[in-house]
Amino acid sequence: MPIVAQTSKFSTFGRPVLAWGVGLLFFFPIFWMVLTSFKTDADAVKPENLVFFTPTLENYFNMVENYDYWRFARNSIITAVSATIFTLFVSIPAAYSMAFNPSRATKDILMWMLSTKMLPAAAVLYPMIFLAKGIGLYDTHILIITVLSLINLPIAIWMLFTYFKEIPRDIIEAGKMDGVNTWGEIKEILIPLAWGGIASTALLVFIFCWNEAYWTVRLTTIDAATLSKLIEGNRAPEGLFFGRLSAVSTAAVGPIVVLGWFCQKQLVQGLTFGAVK
Amino acid sequence: MGRIVLDQVSKRFGDVEVIPPLDLTIEDGEFAVFVGPSGCGKSTLLRMIAGLENLTSGGIAIDGMDMTEVPPSKRGLAMVFQSYALYPHMTVRKNIGFPLRMEKMDQAEIDKRVETAARSLNLMDYLDRKPGQLSGGQRQRVAIGRAIVRDPSAFLFDEPLSNLDAALRVGMRLEISEMHERMQTTMIYVTHDQVEAMTMADKIVVLQAGVIEQVGSPLDLYHKPQNVFVAGFIGSPKMNLFTGPEAEKHGAHTIGIRPEHTEVSMTAGQWEGRVGVAEHLGSDTFIHVHDTGLADMVTVRITGDISVKHGDTIYLTPQANQIHKFGAQGLRIE
Repeated sequence: MPIVAQTSKFSTFGRPVLAWGVGLLFFFPIFWMVLTSFKTDADAVKPENLVFFTPTLENYFNMVENYDYWRFARNSIITAVSATIFTLFVSIPAAYSMAFNPSRATKDILMWMLSTKMLPAAAVLYPMIFLAKGIGLYDTHILIITVLSLINLPIAIWMLFTYFKEIPRDIIEAGKMDGVNTWGEIKEILIPLAWGGIASTALLVFIFCWNEAYWTVRLTTIDAATLSKLIEGNRAPEGLFFGRLSAVSTAAVGPIVVLGWFCQKQLVQGLTFGAVK
Repeated sequence: MGRIVLDQVSKRFGDVEVIPPLDLTIEDGEFAVFVGPSGCGKSTLLRMIAGLENLTSGGIAIDGMDMTEVPPSKRGLAMVFQSYALYPHMTVRKNIGFPLRMEKMDQAEIDKRVETAARSLNLMDYLDRKPGQLSGGQRQRVAIGRAIVRDPSAFLFDEPLSNLDAALRVGMRLEISEMHERMQTTMIYVTHDQVEAMTMADKIVVLQAGVIEQVGSPLDLYHKPQNVFVAGFIGSPKMNLFTGPEAEKHGAHTIGIRPEHTEVSMTAGQWEGRVGVAEHLGSDTFIHVHDTGLADMVTVRITGDISVKHGDTIYLTPQANQIHKFGAQGLRIE
């Protein structure tokens, strides 16, 4: 009996406290970043102004006027949206084919796709840069879209494959009997039925593309540079300007945090889908 | 039109030969039932006719046209699945009209045909519901509706009643039979239930391990089973099969006598045994008799009710002209 009482006490008080604790722990860096973005660079490093300071929008004005924020933001939107669309365009038919017409090689192909994620990006850094420059695509949207699509394809195919596997095969076969061709099966049956799964895959891929920094920083200079590049560009020889940097970072992660917030239900469902049958 | 000819059709999954080469013809307008125990290859055979499963060898022709390599959507067949396989995101109206929409038929014509089908299946009140809001029986009706609107050259049914409860199953069985009488379209129906096979079929195809054991009308199979397997499979309760001295007396390796072809007496008869269980159905009584020395259990069927109880001594006499005789290979001896 005492054990039962303890458990219930934990679930009434302990669990919420723990959850809030963990939540705040994760939220704190974001909170601090946003807070710092409203400080001047001088205030940002003064211990006495940690919490109490005179808020200013100076960093934001500075960012928009001097750093051309909107150009970076536009590049981020173009590359992330295009890469997401392109990824889905390739991964939906691929996952469909493996889920409904599996061959003996399907499992191996899936593992092989996953294994490409095990390759350290740094190992192919210089070949990629030389290749990009050699074919004249360095610092172009095309290059960034291609790279972002390629690095996200494995995870997209895996996620979609898991969703599609849940669709009864009979329904697809009924479609075949009803006179639907392959494209029709995807358009009329698969996409409507797996809509939730496709949406959460798209969302996740979009977030990964938006946040990607390793390649976007190294394969761009100015024309195709994304918000990650803008943050990275705020290093100066004199040191870091924390106020400015925080403003840029806030403006870079802001859109994706808002998007994630609105779609969190979809996201959580997407990430845990198939975990329990 | 819908004459379906299978020519030396076979199927292998890897090293396993599911269906050795077989020939079969289903005539136009015929109601053919594939029946056999689970795993006998009957569904695989149906799926091969549908085009959902590739042939390892052989050919399939429908109305004289070679369909072996033709995709399912182009074979002009309609299929009803055991799981109904309705499109859960579409209303009943959209589900039934779907194959017509895929044919790019005029919307007004689609609406007309959907309503005609829905009316004949008593689905008019449910046209705007989604499959999730329907009962099992209604879902199966929608699946049938989706099949009939297309006016296919043949219907394929893959155990369509297995997911329904017993009462509904009997009702739907009748409806499908009536539909066949009305439409006179070829139907191929797969089931493991020999009662469905007996009651619905013009022609029964009995399968075991991918091999056709016998093809014939229900009464052919009942009166003249070609081998021991068919004898034991067709008929309910099952035929009693004996080997040993009693069979040798008739010059056979195995003899069979149906439960309804045995006379029962409490005083005298050819075989003596003790009553195990008596099942009283009202119209009939099934008596399971032990200790006859013939087999573990002999079942007899008596019209009407008879009062016997566990342990009673009972005498059985088979009707001499109803004894089926089979040779050592299990084949019928006339």
